[in-house]
Amino acid sequence: MAHFEKANSIGEWMDQRLAVNTLKKVMQTEYWIPKNINFLWAMGMVLAATFGILLISGIFLLMYYQPNVNTAFDSVNYTIMSEVGYGWLWRHVHGVGASLVFLIIYIHMFTGIYYGSYKKGRELIWLSGMGLFVAFSAEAFSGYMLPWGQMSYWAGMVITNLFSGGGLHADFLVEWIRGDYVPGQAFLNRFFMLHVLLVPLAIIGLIVLHFGTLRIPHVNNQDGEEFDYPEAAELYKAGKVKESKVIPFSPVFLSKDVFVMGVYFIFFFYLVFYHFEFAMDPVNFDPADGLKTPAHIYPEWYFLWSYEVLRPFSTNVGLIAFATAQVIFFTLPFLDRSPNVAPASRRGAFKFWFWAMLIDVLVLTFMGKLPPAGIWSTIGLVAALTFFALWIALPIITSREKKL
Amino acid sequence: MKELKIFGIVAIFTLVLYWGVEPFAHSQMHKHIEGHGLVYDGTADIEEAEASKNEEKVKAKKAFWADVKKIATLKGDATAGEATFAMCAGCHMDGAANMGGVTPPSLNHAGAIYDKNFLIALIKDPAMATNVDHKYPDGTMTHPMGSVSAMVSTPQDIANVVAYIKAKKAGEVTPKEAFTEACGRCHAMRYGKMTQFGDIPKTKSNIATGKDVEAIKYQAKVAVEQASLATYLGKLPPDLSIIIRARSEHFLHTFIENPQSELAGTAMPRTGLDKEGMEKVFTYLEETGDPSKALREETGPKVLLFFLIFTALAFLWKKSMWKGHH
Amino acid sequence: MANNTKGRRDFMGMALGGFTALGGIGALYAMKRSWDPLPSVKAAGFTTIDLAPAQDNVLVTEKWRGKPIFILKQSKEMIAKVSPEAKKRLIAMNGSYYMVAVGLCTHLGCIPGYDATDESFLCACHGGMYDSTADVTKAPPPRGLDIPPFKIDGTKLVLGETGPEYEQMLADGTTMPV
Repeated sequence: MAHFEKANSIGEWMDQRLAVNTLKKVMQTEYWIPKNINFLWAMGMVLAATFGILLISGIFLLMYYQPNVNTAFDSVNYTIMSEVGYGWLWRHVHGVGASLVFLIIYIHMFTGIYYGSYKKGRELIWLSGMGLFVAFSAEAFSGYMLPWGQMSYWAGMVITNLFSGGGLHADFLVEWIRGDYVPGQAFLNRFFMLHVLLVPLAIIGLIVLHFGTLRIPHVNNQDGEEFDYPEAAELYKAGKVKESKVIPFSPVFLSKDVFVMGVYFIFFFYLVFYHFEFAMDPVNFDPADGLKTPAHIYPEWYFLWSYEVLRPFSTNVGLIAFATAQVIFFTLPFLDRSPNVAPASRRGAFKFWFWAMLIDVLVLTFMGKLPPAGIWSTIGLVAALTFFALWIALPIITSREKKL
Repeated sequence: MKELKIFGIVAIFTLVLYWGVEPFAHSQMHKHIEGHGLVYDGTADIEEAEASKNEEKVKAKKAFWADVKKIATLKGDATAGEATFAMCAGCHMDGAANMGGVTPPSLNHAGAIYDKNFLIALIKDPAMATNVDHKYPDGTMTHPMGSVSAMVSTPQDIANVVAYIKAKKAGEVTPKEAFTEACGRCHAMRYGKMTQFGDIPKTKSNIATGKDVEAIKYQAKVAVEQASLATYLGKLPPDLSIIIRARSEHFLHTFIENPQSELAGTAMPRTGLDKEGMEKVFTYLEETGDPSKALREETGPKVLLFFLIFTALAFLWKKSMWKGHH
Repeated sequence: MANNTKGRRDFMGMALGGFTALGGIGALYAMKRSWDPLPSVKAAGFTTIDLAPAQDNVLVTEKWRGKPIFILKQSKEMIAKVSPEAKKRLIAMNGSYYMVAVGLCTHLGCIPGYDATDESFLCACHGGMYDSTADVTKAPPPRGLDIPPFKIDGTKLVLGETGPEYEQMLADGTTMPV
């Protein structure tokens, strides 16, 4: 038994048992953040806040949702939307939150790509972040099944069909995933389990990992500058806050974080109350009907770029393209052959690569929503080919990059 | 300010993303159909016939709606119409029987919710008036209401009955009544606890067995009626509980005015609702499908105000924390 | 330490924290309302029971708001033994007397069993006992079986609605609100 002195305050009592003072220093008051950053550095906290909102609104939806193919639709659209006190609020918050979390994830991702925050010690931050993207995608997909509307059913049908592997005809695998020949009770129940328990646990674990991988390398800054953290920390602690290149996470960085979150919440709740149709597509307000496919099936907007990479090609080619597109972002730290950690604007050809990639996924997103016909098909094909061309070009242009 | 510029770029890309995925995509997927302002004079019907390049049909439709126009100019005698209406009441009464597929709707407020021209057209030729004549290739007599032309044969008779309906079968009508009369015999409304037979009766379970025999019998009756509707129409008309969120208001408006305009070839007949009738029906659809609308519109400004103040306070806190840092 | 927090109160931070707490209270209110019983649950709280078919000293069990309801028609012999005080627990209708009570022991909620020979209730969980008017005769239950709100309608009883007879029972402490 370690020796314990009598404590003189509650704070000291807690510190003796849980080392709260050390924790506070390591995680907050002496966790140094570069001063040379902008509001985009707050996106991580915005994501954590949105995840929290999804969790809480999800808890109240979970109190009334029924994962049964006969009652699921009405448990959401009748019980929760009109009977439960403020049930409509939780539903709107959850739907809008699910859409916005992806908007912020994409902004967060492309910020990381722009500033080179995935290399030289930060590879695991990028990989754990990509892991979070995959986990959130699984969470979104499984969640979308639950209202058991027309889009839920047919998205479930189409996406699980992908696992037949095209020419491989692995129908047994598709049936195993579904637990049935078609999306039915077994399918709904297991995706309910995934959405409510397994994937959220994975997300929480990955978030902890993501923070952990961030602590030692520290966050990046707008110039990609490498500087002496202990030296800057000493300057700050000595009271030279203007000269120091760093600020403590708490309370200084946090105060700006909270302001950015405030602006975000105004936008968030404006959508929740006044502009929510984009997050709750009308097609899903028709109850699931296994004998009738809607005229237009499309995934939620954040999956459209991925969906479009699959569509222009024949079955097998499309599947390979789709699978590749899912994992290719993981390879970024390794395909980028340049050692430069700097904003894209200073990295020569990489500048064009960045904006070309951003515009390309935007075009893929638009084409993914439109019916695959006429000129839209053509543009979609060009955009999909461009996507792969860009990735192939990446190691070439970055190995030629001038060292900064 | 560099940060403002960065924010601007992010905002622009976000707005472009939204534009492409929502307004633009939807404009490409759903062509905008214009309504006809709830004027029932055959314009839409004749346009459709002309587009289908069916000369005979165009002639028939033009002649029909011209006749309707003539009858509309006659002065109807409501008292004479009352006697004629007694024949209608034989089928159009509470607890009416199913007539070869559908149960005739109540006409208790027909004068308040339906358009006068439409009523004239309906009595003259139900299939033509409701724009489902393509479903009756063997003529109107095969329509469940086809025999009405034998009972109300002269233009003056028609004018009289319509005058009676407009005078005596009008008055105050609730949104629920408007829906029940115009839509309820085909479309159930489970969120409103209504089937094609109206309100679902309250029943009690047998305490020994846990089974509610009365409810089971009622559901059996409903199932038989729905099967009959599905056979007659080709499919069961959908439950409209949440239709107000499943389709846009514009779509519903133009669809109800003339189903053929949005879903060519559909079995749904035109309803002939006038402006007041349409408003009442929409009110009911919203009451049932979006009952939290009022509370949502009341709570929204409060929540947004909260976050406006929150952001202002956060900004001031940020300034106080960053003093001397820049 | 940053020189802007050294020895000075963080007023803005406290103001922000306090204002956020207000929002938290609003959110908690919405959460509380989500736990409220649904309107359809509250609306289903009425049951009509017909007392006419009941027989002397034969226990009938009905259901109201998910709970068992005991109905015991008192025979002439049973009524003779009942004190005026205990008679207040009974419902008089067409010359007969009926015990109508929620069949859940007032101790911890188990359903007591009726012994017609003994004319008494015994609760198997902890040994509590009640007489034929459902008045408590043996501990641990603190009081007799609760009487549900009722309204007399001919020979029928509407449980969930209140009538003058029930009001009287509440007023003189014969039963507590259920």
